[in-house]
Amino acid sequence: MGYTLNFAAVWRDIDLLWAGLGMGLLLALASILIGVAIGLVMAFVLTSRSPARPLAASYVSIFRNTPLLVLILFTYFAMPQLGIRLGKLESFIAALSLYAGAYLAEVFRGALSAVPPGLSEAGLAIGLTRSQIRLNIVIPVMLRTALPSLSSTFISLFKDTSLAAAIAVPELTYYARKINNESFRVIETWLIASIFYVATCVLLVSLLRLAEKRLAIPK
Amino acid sequence: MDTFLTILWTARYALLGGLAMTVFISALAVLAGSVIGVFVGLVLSYARGPLNWLVRMYVDFVRGTPVLVLILASFYILGSLGWKLDAFQAGILALAVFCSSHVGEIIRGALSAIPRGQTEAAKAVGLTFGQSFTYVLLPQAARIALPAWVNTAVEIVKASTLLSIIGVAELLLSTQEVIARSQMGLPFYFLAGFIYFLVNFAIERVGKLAEKRLAMGVR
Repeated sequence: MGYTLNFAAVWRDIDLLWAGLGMGLLLALASILIGVAIGLVMAFVLTSRSPARPLAASYVSIFRNTPLLVLILFTYFAMPQLGIRLGKLESFIAALSLYAGAYLAEVFRGALSAVPPGLSEAGLAIGLTRSQIRLNIVIPVMLRTALPSLSSTFISLFKDTSLAAAIAVPELTYYARKINNESFRVIETWLIASIFYVATCVLLVSLLRLAEKRLAIPK
Repeated sequence: MDTFLTILWTARYALLGGLAMTVFISALAVLAGSVIGVFVGLVLSYARGPLNWLVRMYVDFVRGTPVLVLILASFYILGSLGWKLDAFQAGILALAVFCSSHVGEIIRGALSAIPRGQTEAAKAVGLTFGQSFTYVLLPQAARIALPAWVNTAVEIVKASTLLSIIGVAELLLSTQEVIARSQMGLPFYFLAGFIYFLVNFAIERVGKLAEKRLAMGVR
């Protein structure tokens, strides 16, 4: 085949990859925080008899069935025509958060139905208001039930941050492509970039497992 | 609105061609990925030793890497190794690999959900491993795996948009070309998103229908 591996070009720019990795983690973190908030609200609306329910259901269905790349391009390139002009980072975080929110709404809806009704009744019995019960009893319990799905959503959001490269947000894939195009060390670049991703995912999985164990609801 | 309709009419063949390409790419990737995925799932469930570790590593590596990175890596690396693959072939390869790792995990999960007694009963009536797999295990595993498999198909349709980045003229790239010519980002991104939604919504509906049809009689 006559291809000799030479990692020099990738090592020289390894700082870029680290910076890109940090950016990816930051984007994922911001999106999961906003996504959890959206998902919680949607889950409550979806399980209520409120007139907003069909609206929430269509939000979930639309954002789950539309490609993330289309959402990203739409928020960045098309929203300005509606007068909403966001920077690259903001529009990416907006798209990813809404995408995450749709997935998490379903996750939380499942978790919500797993919260024993006795808990809310006990809250009522000791004189808490509805919103106090939600905030102090139901949400903590459902978050803990949803923890495993929450961690896997976080991992896939981290991988999805690679799409930010499409609107030139400087994250890992963006820099990998840059190194690839400048050095032509094709195999080395993509090998190292994938190792960055895989290693981060493995690390995240084990960290989140640890958190899951710590926070699991005692049986 | 009038100009939009005029441009839409002029671009109708380009957009329909893009849609056909999207459907074709997705179908091919899901088909190839599912065939490989069944073998991956079999190896994960039944093989011991080095073969199991190798396939395990393959699945974990692919699942830890973003699809976009798989696509870019496949596109750039295969070319530099002297494989004459065009963007279309490299893209399908990456999507099929992505799909196979997911289907592999789904099949492994489904097989492990079948009670041991089924295999033992098959052995007791004198079926060979191949026979008991085809007649006893696979039909049950397929039913269990169906919902997750449908989700994977939706994911593949969404991931097929990433092929636009390496220049495959699927629906998103055709749309972007129309936008570049017409400067009408808002309606055309909206249209593309809507078409993707319809395709995926249809897949979901058909999946739900199939699930109902195939639901096991005894519960």
